[in-house]
Amino acid sequence: MTETANSLVEIRNLTKGYTRGGQKVPVLDNITLNIARGDFIALMGPSGSGKSTLLNLIAGIDKPDSGVLKIDGEDITVLSEGQLADWRAANIGFIFQFYNLMPVLTAFENVELPLLLTNLSKSDRRGRVEMTLSLVGLSDRMEHYPNELSGGQQQRVAIARAIVTDPTILVCDEPTGDLDKQSASDVLTMLKQLNVEMGKTIIMVTHDAHAAEAAKHIVHLEKGELIDESLTT
Amino acid sequence: MKVPFSYVFRNLWTRKLTTLLTAGGMALVAFVFAAVLMLDAGLNRTMVGTGSAENVIFIRKGAETEIQSGLTRDQAALVESQPQVARGTGGQPMVSKESLVLISLTKTGQDKGSNIVTRGVSPMGFALRPQVKIVEGRLFQPGTSEIVVGKSIHDEFDGVAIGQKLRFAQREWLVVGTFDAGKSAFDSEVWGDVEQLMQAFRRTNYSSIIVKMSNVDNFEALTKSVEDDIRIALEGKRERLFYEDQSRALSTFISFLGIFLSVIFSVGAMIGAAITMYSSVAMRTAEIGTLRALGFRQPSILAAFLTESLLLGLVGGLAGLACAAFLQSITISTMNFQSFSQLAFSFLLTFKIVVQTVIFSLLMGFVGGFLPAVKAARMKIVDSLRAA
Repeated sequence: MTETANSLVEIRNLTKGYTRGGQKVPVLDNITLNIARGDFIALMGPSGSGKSTLLNLIAGIDKPDSGVLKIDGEDITVLSEGQLADWRAANIGFIFQFYNLMPVLTAFENVELPLLLTNLSKSDRRGRVEMTLSLVGLSDRMEHYPNELSGGQQQRVAIARAIVTDPTILVCDEPTGDLDKQSASDVLTMLKQLNVEMGKTIIMVTHDAHAAEAAKHIVHLEKGELIDESLTT
Repeated sequence: MKVPFSYVFRNLWTRKLTTLLTAGGMALVAFVFAAVLMLDAGLNRTMVGTGSAENVIFIRKGAETEIQSGLTRDQAALVESQPQVARGTGGQPMVSKESLVLISLTKTGQDKGSNIVTRGVSPMGFALRPQVKIVEGRLFQPGTSEIVVGKSIHDEFDGVAIGQKLRFAQREWLVVGTFDAGKSAFDSEVWGDVEQLMQAFRRTNYSSIIVKMSNVDNFEALTKSVEDDIRIALEGKRERLFYEDQSRALSTFISFLGIFLSVIFSVGAMIGAAITMYSSVAMRTAEIGTLRALGFRQPSILAAFLTESLLLGLVGGLAGLACAAFLQSITISTMNFQSFSQLAFSFLLTFKIVVQTVIFSLLMGFVGGFLPAVKAARMKIVDSLRAA
């Protein structure tokens, strides 16, 4: 995990803080971490440890104060807002705790959303969306709106949305946090499959030690510092 | 815009009540805006339709209205003899020497009198205005105290039915017919024999002389010849332009008042739209964050929310126009303060007004939605995702 040569994500001396009430509060302090292509990392730590901030930085939705952050050799800290948006659309798949589906769009339309940013034709998009939804076992729910689906089904739609553009990295922020045990287990199985069978690099923030076991590596953060990296059994 | 239109449309549809209330406010403003323009268009149609392209009206130099004007029989005879004047089948010049006086009539259901134009016309008067048609009864007999009344007068005033008598200029005048002047200003007039009316009102001068040109291209030659003749001292105008000018002050007044009111009201409607859009942005903070995270750029978010408020404006504008369209069945009768006389006209919806109202409504939507859309586009992704 620490070999730089084979790293997909290269993080060196990364620092990030927020200003609250005129005072600078450090969130990430001098983090150095490398994530290999095809890895499945669980970021763990108590609330406020900086794990979500680290995830946001890797996903390109937040910018560090200092340090190096390269993804696939590209320094994403120097990209403009617009360039970052294009970069995310091409490289990152997001899976959120509360699914973050558009309530007014059907499962099909939700999954199609990221494809609208590509040059694919309508029929190509349709083909991709149908295939991806069948991959997550929701072929028969394509025309359903999110409020007509269970939590587990909604998260599967979100997974389909995350992988439909075939991104390099999947970033998951507490993907099982809002799910019952069975649905959580299904989602973790699916993530493992994506990692093993499709070679997706997955970075997952979780509180749940059980969920973290699905990952290949666990990274512990506390008070903005990396305190431990371990292999799961 | 990369954000799908269905997302924008369905968000409005999901919040039906809010959408309806906001669009309703805009519809009211669009209604007022369209109504004013329709009133103005109706007034213009009435006045322009009053004049004919082939006719020239001569009045005293410096006079702006027929009421202010006066011309002697000699002057009228000189105009009549101009070579550019069209001749009838019997060779007689196609001119109508006319005299205008204002009489007071009482509107049905009212106590106060209104000023009505009473026009004395020559026998040729009707031939010069083909749009004027007797629809009930018959024409007045020249040399008698008979009169015919316009359709608006017939519909709105008391004592003007066929067989009834009006008393003015110390005479009794028998109503023998009603004419329809095709929604032109003549519909608000009473017509009689010019010589009888001049006698009764003890007048020696005509107010105007209407001339049909043998060819519409003769206008310059005819007016130049008349205006250059020092004995005549009259001024000729194309009849259509003359009547258009007659309503210019009223038209300007209606437009100014209407646009002024619309603009004031629209501020309220735009604030309403802004509040709706701000709450829409607030309710969808997490969605905005998600769209941005997925790779939608700031301009796409801006466009999505602007489209939403433009749609609100469009719905409001179309609803306002639909209501305003019903106004076309209403006829307004009011004082034209240029001629001090009653003028009846109706609302007229034209394609231009539809376009103007839609643009005005879209503008309301744009202004109301701009700041909320900017706010949506400028949200920090991390902060907005936290709102989930």
